Amino acid sequence: MSTISFAECSARERLALLLDEGSFVEWLPPAERVTSPHLAQLGLPAAFDDGIAIGHATLAGRKVFVAAQEGEFMGGGVGEVHGAKLTGLFRRALLEKPDAVLLLAESGGVRLHEANAGLIAVSEVMRALLDLRAAGIPTLVLIGGANGCFGGMGIVARCADWIVMSDIARHAMSGPEVIEASHGVEEFDSRDRALVWRTTGGKHRYLMGDCDVLVEDDVAAFRNAAIAALDRHSPLTLESLEAEHALLERRLVQAPAGADAVELWRSLGVADADHIPDLGAAEVVDRKAA
Amino acid sequence: MQTGMESLSFKLPGTRPLPAGFAPVLVGVVASGNLEVMVEPAPGADCTFEVATSACGFRAIWEAVVRDFHDRHGLAGARVSINDMGATPAVVSLRLDQAAAALP
Repeated sequence: MSTISFAECSARERLALLLDEGSFVEWLPPAERVTSPHLAQLGLPAAFDDGIAIGHATLAGRKVFVAAQEGEFMGGGVGEVHGAKLTGLFRRALLEKPDAVLLLAESGGVRLHEANAGLIAVSEVMRALLDLRAAGIPTLVLIGGANGCFGGMGIVARCADWIVMSDIARHAMSGPEVIEASHGVEEFDSRDRALVWRTTGGKHRYLMGDCDVLVEDDVAAFRNAAIAALDRHSPLTLESLEAEHALLERRLVQAPAGADAVELWRSLGVADADHIPDLGAAEVVDRKAA
Repeated sequence: MQTGMESLSFKLPGTRPLPAGFAPVLVGVVASGNLEVMVEPAPGADCTFEVATSACGFRAIWEAVVRDFHDRHGLAGARVSINDMGATPAVVSLRLDQAAAALP
């Protein structure tokens, strides 16, 4: 069976292939020309959709609201309009209560060209997403683009109920270049691709419990994982937050000092930790279970 | 050094009428060396081209690429809008053809 790489698809191709065929109905489509008011002043071209498509669709016959970020446009950066489209989608979901809200995230975080407007936009996205969780509407983030999911969008992803990643996807707060710039190349060599993936890649996130499902880089695998997660609402309560804090605290205490990810996996009891980088997604899932 | 965007527009008489009120078509992405092309229905029999490009001073080349496309397709009643981030003429031609192929 031939597979279609999720990472190689554009945001719109992902929507077309992941959702029920022909079911996606877009809000604020490109022809509406709701574009960035900031980029032209910097001599940069706008995109007709500001790098994000939002709308409603069906997934396995269930009604979902969905957003897809285009990683090729400004690295998927969240500008004022881009963020407002996400926030608007989430707020409308709060009113219309679809079966789930899907975010196909691919972003470097705030679009720095739009500075404060982008930062405020990301904070509004977080608030709107948390409101959805409080209302019990399942929120699901799919991370599979070549640019990963970083910065403010990295935080947004962790605000959701459920995260699906591919083994070539990456998810973190600060990106590799940012860490190197602030802490030096001895701390983190952003050009060491194997190190970058061991530290931020899908396998690491899955083994650490930061993402819920690990799949191969295949649109059909993402679709199946999304369908399976449609009812995965995890209530955000004081107890769940305290459990999360306790888990993070344990992780800090237990982490071997100055350790690479491989040692960390071994300390967590992951079988065959040395070979994790060479394994496929299904094999990594087996090793974690074992 | 020239900074800022350049806006260009062209209007050519079309020969291939498109179905009234067809759904707009969007191809490509605004990225380095790439562009997006949107084709929408427009009144009349002309084909208009509106280009916003970050590469200034290439009007003659844009006109040649647009005329070459129009010679091949001759769209009538269409508005072609382009956001460009320094794509080469070959890439522009490719995207225009891709948009034409997606039309009804």
